[in-house]
Amino acid sequence: MKRDDLQFDSHGRLRHLLTIEGLPRQTLLDILNTAESFISVGEREIKKVPLLRGKTVVNLFFEASTRTRTTFEIAAKRLSADVINLNPSASSTSKGETLLDTVRNLEAMHTELFVVRHRESGAAHLIATHVPEHVHIVNAGDGRHAHPTQALLDLFTIRRHKGPIENLKVAIVGDILHSRVARSEIHALNTLGAAEVRVIAPKTLLPTAVEKLGVHAYTDLRAGLDGVDVVIMLRLQRERMTGALISSEQEYFNLYGLTPEKLGFAKPDAIVMHPGPMNRGLDIDSAVADGPQSVILPQVTYGIAVRMAIMALIMGGAPQAESPPAGGRRA
Amino acid sequence: MSNDARKWNRTMTQTNELVDINATIAYMADELRPRLAQHPIMIGIHTGGAWVAERLHTLLGLNEALGTLDISFYRDDFSRLGMNPQVKTSNLPVNVENRHVILVDDVLHTGRTIRAALNEIFDYGRPASVTLAVLIHRDGRELPIEAQVVGHHLKLKKHQHIKLLGPEPLKLEIQEAHT
Amino acid sequence: MMGIVIQGGRILDPANDLDADKDLFIDSTGFITGIGKAPEGFEATRRIDARGQIVCPGLIDLRARLREPGLEYKATMESETRAAVAAGITTLCCPPDTWPVIDTPAMAQMIQSRAWRFGLAFVHPLGALTQGLEGKLLTDMAALEEAGCVGMSNALEPITDTLVLRRAMEYAATFDLTVYLHAEDPWLRNTGCVHEGEVGTRLGLPGIPEAAETVAVARDLALIEQTGVRAHFCSLTSARAVAMLAEAQKQGLPVTADVAAHHLHLTEHDIGYFNTQCHVRPPLRGLRDRDALRAALQSGVISAVCSDHQPHEPDAKLAPFAESEPGISGLETLLPLTLKLVEEKLLTLNEAIAVLTVKPAGILGVECGSLSVGATADICIFDPKVHWMLSAEKFVSRGRNSPFLGWEFRGRVTHTLVGGEVVYELGLAT
Repeated sequence: MKRDDLQFDSHGRLRHLLTIEGLPRQTLLDILNTAESFISVGEREIKKVPLLRGKTVVNLFFEASTRTRTTFEIAAKRLSADVINLNPSASSTSKGETLLDTVRNLEAMHTELFVVRHRESGAAHLIATHVPEHVHIVNAGDGRHAHPTQALLDLFTIRRHKGPIENLKVAIVGDILHSRVARSEIHALNTLGAAEVRVIAPKTLLPTAVEKLGVHAYTDLRAGLDGVDVVIMLRLQRERMTGALISSEQEYFNLYGLTPEKLGFAKPDAIVMHPGPMNRGLDIDSAVADGPQSVILPQVTYGIAVRMAIMALIMGGAPQAESPPAGGRRA
Repeated sequence: MSNDARKWNRTMTQTNELVDINATIAYMADELRPRLAQHPIMIGIHTGGAWVAERLHTLLGLNEALGTLDISFYRDDFSRLGMNPQVKTSNLPVNVENRHVILVDDVLHTGRTIRAALNEIFDYGRPASVTLAVLIHRDGRELPIEAQVVGHHLKLKKHQHIKLLGPEPLKLEIQEAHT
Repeated sequence: MMGIVIQGGRILDPANDLDADKDLFIDSTGFITGIGKAPEGFEATRRIDARGQIVCPGLIDLRARLREPGLEYKATMESETRAAVAAGITTLCCPPDTWPVIDTPAMAQMIQSRAWRFGLAFVHPLGALTQGLEGKLLTDMAALEEAGCVGMSNALEPITDTLVLRRAMEYAATFDLTVYLHAEDPWLRNTGCVHEGEVGTRLGLPGIPEAAETVAVARDLALIEQTGVRAHFCSLTSARAVAMLAEAQKQGLPVTADVAAHHLHLTEHDIGYFNTQCHVRPPLRGLRDRDALRAALQSGVISAVCSDHQPHEPDAKLAPFAESEPGISGLETLLPLTLKLVEEKLLTLNEAIAVLTVKPAGILGVECGSLSVGATADICIFDPKVHWMLSAEKFVSRGRNSPFLGWEFRGRVTHTLVGGEVVYELGLAT
């Protein structure tokens, strides 16, 4: 079962977005370029385009998240789609049949697109292998595995503020071990040819064989930020202390929290990003979060445009990019 | 000769004869000149319409910036063909609210592009009026849409498409569609 | 004397060092009565044509879960012993983690008599090492042995209190019982479901480090030495653990080990993109580990191959990876996967049959696994040349959960006899 076959249909069009891994460079660029157009839609009075009129988008969030769900909802509504929000309970003993049965019930209501977030890695993939041809799945985060829309909006942000990815050194700081955002970002940055991708964390928060993902691993923040153009801070869940993964919030912040002084180790024009929600005083100092190098707020706006682009590209069959065939673009 | 007579003269042009584009655009500018009294703003439809609009904009000496429209998000064939990822951004630097708009496109054929453009313009605001100026008017209308200013009338066979190439030099090409 | 004769086959009996084209004679009471020459006055009531085929002792599977009692929605003793004989397996050993647990003589007897009733494969149960498998109190091991348990095990439940483990080993040693160990440190295992390595990192699945196995093996080896108990390690998976075992054997410790057939072929890379059919416990590890397991089988450090059969209903695998249930329905691929090693020139045919017959018999301490004259006629006849593909419909077991679906194999069982009775014949519904 090849994963890239699953994300594309028989005509080579993007059918699902489950993971960045395996997506060709051009597909990532298409999404980013399309997102550019949607930014201007968000800036005018009527923030809607009729692309998905009559279509239904279901936000299927087995793991609660108001932020991500809201941006998907806004994005879908700006495409004129009808949106339904579902938060099925996912107890620790719930089996896959609940997952698949839920999806099957919804299909009967003619839903074209499911945006799925689940606590377990591989959940979006499982659903995608069991839906009929006309149904599309967008992964809004599965366990520790992937969060492709976040990675794409992060790349969009980087491109907008720092130009082409090829020239850039990017550092991702924080709980890499548990981070689906980090994994997706690493794949995206490498696919687009970033000059260097670094991960910075204490050993307890670095996954085994992380270099095999195509990164350089650092445990020292100073060394890791040296010469870096983009600093992406990850959220640290406060519960990590109970798993004996960090010693105390104090020490974590001292060593890995981004303060103005630590930011100084990076290039003077480096930008600071954070997928949110931020733990001020733990992941990042307020002075940095609200400071001139931070692009954290714009990230949210870009997130809507990027998600609109993803849904638009997935829901329509993409035509050949060149001259249309007979009956194509008609004036 | 009256404007109407001149219009019908051009109708008789052979389909394979290349049209003198510069002359045609100059003719269009003449036709549009009377409307300058309404202080219109101009909007060109990507890609060909924008090229024609750029020249008209200069010829008419409009001092407010030219707007460009990409109608990809308003097409009626999205479900069938999906979205072309080479979307260009729409850019309307001047507020259309209560303004007289001159909408420019390269070819008027089925009318669907204009329908989409009108929908998009109205999502930006409510114009006082919209005047449509097209470089080439051909048969094959599928919607009740007509242009007020036409550079050239052409009669083409069903399987033929006319395309404006550019941006420099502008050239018209007739493409035969394969069955 | 009346009986069955198996004619024209190649007899392969590693227990008796026999590899010859001879006929095999079975009397009507179900015992092997002659090899090569018909015994005096023998009259064949049935002739089985085994030309071009291998005739070997019925295979012995050291670990197969029959799901009964307790999990009958997955499979039953009848369906699974039927699947066993269809795969040439005539004796199997089941772990004590049924529900209820096999920690009373009544349970041990119940399982054996129930299996006996179906007249298919023999089932030898393992008794629980601690009551309820809870790792706290000892079981009546003497009574369990009397009731037919061939050894003691705590199955997959960890005994975290090292003192209890020591005492349990000493108690088992008192009665000369073999302790079957699953070496896995529960804390290092944590919530892991795949090998802790590059695949787990990429897929974002919690990993079980190799240390979870080696830490447990080290602890267990130290206690085995201390207590003098005879021990058998079930399903070793890592190169390091194999090295530790080899060293212990060199030192003269009474330890043996088996490997599950799937660990000899698959690695973490076969998980691909969340293929739950590859969710097994202990997990599929790296290439280096797989090669070390193969080498250990060749050298004899690991002496037996088992199926670790765990049939599941479809829903058990239709879940996100970490939520799916581990286990492969392995009875029907036990012989084929072992024969594949012969194809790949890692084992001779003789060695392959040995690790499925005489060697596991020795570990179990049960009289079986040979074609000696006078032994019970538990026999497997297979055609080594037949090519076939494993498909879901072909499964006899209730569980079709296997990552080997679609695999092509060479060698197929044509007849299986248990106690001199033909209990399986290819092409015939028995």
